Order: sequence, then structure tokens, then C-alpha cells
Amino acid sequence: MALQSLDIKQRSATTTATPSVRQTVEVAKLIDVTTCIGCKACQAACMEWNDIRDEIGTCSGVYDNPTDLTENSWTVMRFAEVEEAGKLEWLIRKDGCMHCADPGCLKACPSPGAIIQYSNGIVDFHEENCIGCGYCITGCPFNVPRISKKDGKAYKCTLCSDRVAVGQAPACVKACPTGALHFGAKEDMQDYAASRIIDLKSRGYDQAGLYDPPGVGGTHVMYVLHHADRPGLYSGLPKDPSISPLVSLWKGFAKPLATVAMAAVALGSLFHYVTKGPNEVSKQLEDELEKEDAP
Amino acid sequence: MIRNPKDLTRYTPQERVNHWLGGICFILLALSGLAFFHPAFWPLTQLFGGGVWARILHPFIGVLMAGSFLSLFLRFRSLNVMTPADKEWLSRAGEMLDGKDHNLPEQGKYNGGQKLMFWALAIGMLLLLITGIVLWRAYFNLPVDVVRFAAVIHAAAAAVLIAVVMVHIYAAIWVKGTMRAMWYGTVTRAWAKQHHRAWYRQVTGK
Repeated sequence: MALQSLDIKQRSATTTATPSVRQTVEVAKLIDVTTCIGCKACQAACMEWNDIRDEIGTCSGVYDNPTDLTENSWTVMRFAEVEEAGKLEWLIRKDGCMHCADPGCLKACPSPGAIIQYSNGIVDFHEENCIGCGYCITGCPFNVPRISKKDGKAYKCTLCSDRVAVGQAPACVKACPTGALHFGAKEDMQDYAASRIIDLKSRGYDQAGLYDPPGVGGTHVMYVLHHADRPGLYSGLPKDPSISPLVSLWKGFAKPLATVAMAAVALGSLFHYVTKGPNEVSKQLEDELEKEDAP
Repeated sequence: MIRNPKDLTRYTPQERVNHWLGGICFILLALSGLAFFHPAFWPLTQLFGGGVWARILHPFIGVLMAGSFLSLFLRFRSLNVMTPADKEWLSRAGEMLDGKDHNLPEQGKYNGGQKLMFWALAIGMLLLLITGIVLWRAYFNLPVDVVRFAAVIHAAAAAVLIAVVMVHIYAAIWVKGTMRAMWYGTVTRAWAKQHHRAWYRQVTGK
């Protein structure tokens, strides 16, 4: 096996168990939205470390730049202006892959090994196995993966799996000047978030809380929110995300059901032939017609 | 050399070419589509030059199949209108399956089962075409809920049609003297009289 930190927990389009004897620590990135100033150092660090450069866009009149995730922008700051209790609040959320414990992208992916979930919780795309079908986009509850126009492959945040593998924090975390980004064992991140939430509550944010949605089994990117009761305020962060029941049907129950049904029709046909024999043209009819033909 | 000049023409060369064009497309689509559906079928992508090629080719072959099926549909539509005799035939399809078909009602060019398959194909093809376009990420980017719904319908319609076509192929193998109709266009008079007596009367005037 390669690095222990890259032990595989789940692999797309694979029906057998992956090596799972070793137990590794689950990691998480904690994004403390309440201390983020929207400087975009994380975006710049992401571009630097991953060697990705987005096209130069145009000003859309707001701070969002670029305005959406792309195959070259794996994280973007989303700026929302919200009026709460007569006060203007500028809610800035660093958007990107949430690294779900139950990843919809991985469930939907048809290509073996194109999406990998490491035992530390990171969900990684291995583009060399990606076929570009876009099923990951269909499966994702957070609208994160993007397909490149250049090579037809899907891209998203890797949580710097290459850095984490050698004991480093993700590039964005390293670059954050206010300490809004934290990285470590998921348990430690939850503990730290709890202390932040106590602080926020003492400052009047009664509904402060941790965003670690159970609908996707929890995530390995978590948010501390001032308004955890209304995550939608943060540029449409879903309140209770889960894998769509349609995706679960399509890539769950329907797979074995349809396969068995098709196999049953094929085998049924074979055994029908074997048990009933062919449906031949009657010899009697043939003889009658031959007699008619006789001069 | 024609074995018997009195054999009956069942399909014209144009109809046969049209049928096989659609048939080849269907087989290629089933093989590549199954590969995207269940990991057990993933090795089938090798037939297309790998997963990426299978993904690129599948929708184009799909458009070709839709076109060839539309042409086939227009050719055979009027011959596949369900009649009360067809319904009776269908209600007694068990006798047919049992190989005891001599007491069944007289059938025209197509029997009730064939007509049922024709309409199942027509509906299935339409569903596959519409949902297939929705799923075609290289050219279309529709709302994710629509794509999810389309994925379920596409898979379900495909599974049903694969089963229907397997029955179609088996029926042609099972009923001896049938396959030649689609290979070179003719059937024997005895075959026609036994399986499609109303059609036999119509074409021979007997």
C-alpha cells in the first residue's frame, strides 16, 4: 500500500471491499464564517498550490470573483448582504467541495476509480479515470463538480490531498490571515467549533452553530455559522442536504433490479427454447401447398 | 438462385436496411449504456475504445437510432394498429408461448405481440431521446433536478427496451423460418399461412 494517509475507503463503480484494515484519523477543514473577512487569500493559495488559473472575467458589480466555481476555481468566496434585526450583515462563505462522508458524486460515478474517498474522509477525483459523463454533477447535493471544456474531465477541491498525505494543512488554510480556516482531526475541529459557538452565543448570536449536515453522513468541510438555523442566508447553503432520492434509486435499487430482470428475460428465453422446442412450420401445411403447386 | 419463386416478399431491401441500421445502433447503445449503468458491465466500454470513447459515442449513436427508428415507425405505423382480434390474441398469448398456436385467431402481417412490441419501442424510443438529450452534458446543461429525473427515466426505459428487444430476437430464433424475412426479405407460403394467415390471404388472394 501507498501512504497510509491515502488508504482508500470507497471507490466509484466498485462493488467489492477496498483494503480497510488500517484505521486512520478522519480529518476536517473548519471554515469559521464569523471571522472571515473575504480577502480571497484562500482562492489565491488554491490557484498557487494546484497550479490552476481561471480565465480573467468581468466585474459583475459584486465582490464575487469569479462568480461561480469552475474547473479552474475550486474554491470561491460568496458574498451575501443580509439584513438581520435592522442591521446589515455581510455573510461571506468560502464555497467548494464539502467532502461528504456519503458522497453523491461517488455514488453516481460509473467509472471505476475515478472518484476515491480516502479513509481520512477526503473525496478526490482521479481525472485519469474520469470519462466526462457528468454523473458526479448529477449526484452532488452541493453543486460542486465542474467539467472542463478543455479536456472533458471533472474537477473540484481535493482538500489538498497531496499536502494532507504528507502531514500538511491544505493551501487555503495555510494562507488564511484571520484564522478563519482550521484543519486537523475532525473531532478536534468539532471541539474547536464548540468553543467558537459558545463565544458567538455570548455575543448575541443565539442561533450560532456548526454546519456538519447529517443527511450526507456529515462532511469533512464544516462551517461555523452565526445563523445555523438558516444556512440558506449564506448564498444558498442547503439546509438539510442529502443525496437526491432519484439518484439513490438510479444508482442504488434500480441497478441490481434491472440487471436481474434483464438476465431473467435472457435466461427465460433460453429455457423456453430448451423446454418447448422450436416453433416450426407445419409439415402438413407445406405438403398441402406442394400439392396445390403440382400440375 | 432463388429456391422457390413462389416465396412471399415480406420486407423490401429498404425496410431491411432501415431495420438493421436501427438494430446495430440499439446493440451498440445497449452495450455502452449498460457499462454506465452497473459496474458489472463496465468492461464493455473496451468494445468502444475505453470509457471516454463510449461516453462520447453513445449519444451520437443515440441520435442515429432515433432517426432510423422514426423512419421505421413511419413505414410500419399503419400496419401496427391494434384491432379486437389482436386483443384476443394477446389475451391468449399463453397458448402461443406453449407452442400450441393453431387455434389462435387469424393474424395479419403482425400479431398482437408484435404490435405491442412496436408501440413499446415507439414510447421507449421517445423517452430515451428526450431524456438522453437532457443527460448530454457535452452540449446541454439543464437544471440538476431535471437531469436526475431524466437519468432515472433513461435507465428505466432502456432496461425495459433491452428486455423487449431480447424477446424480439428470441421470437425470431424460436419461430423457424422468420429470420430470413429480415435477412433477405422472403418467407415461405407455409410460414405465412401458419403464422399470419390473414396476411397470407391478402398477398396471395387465396
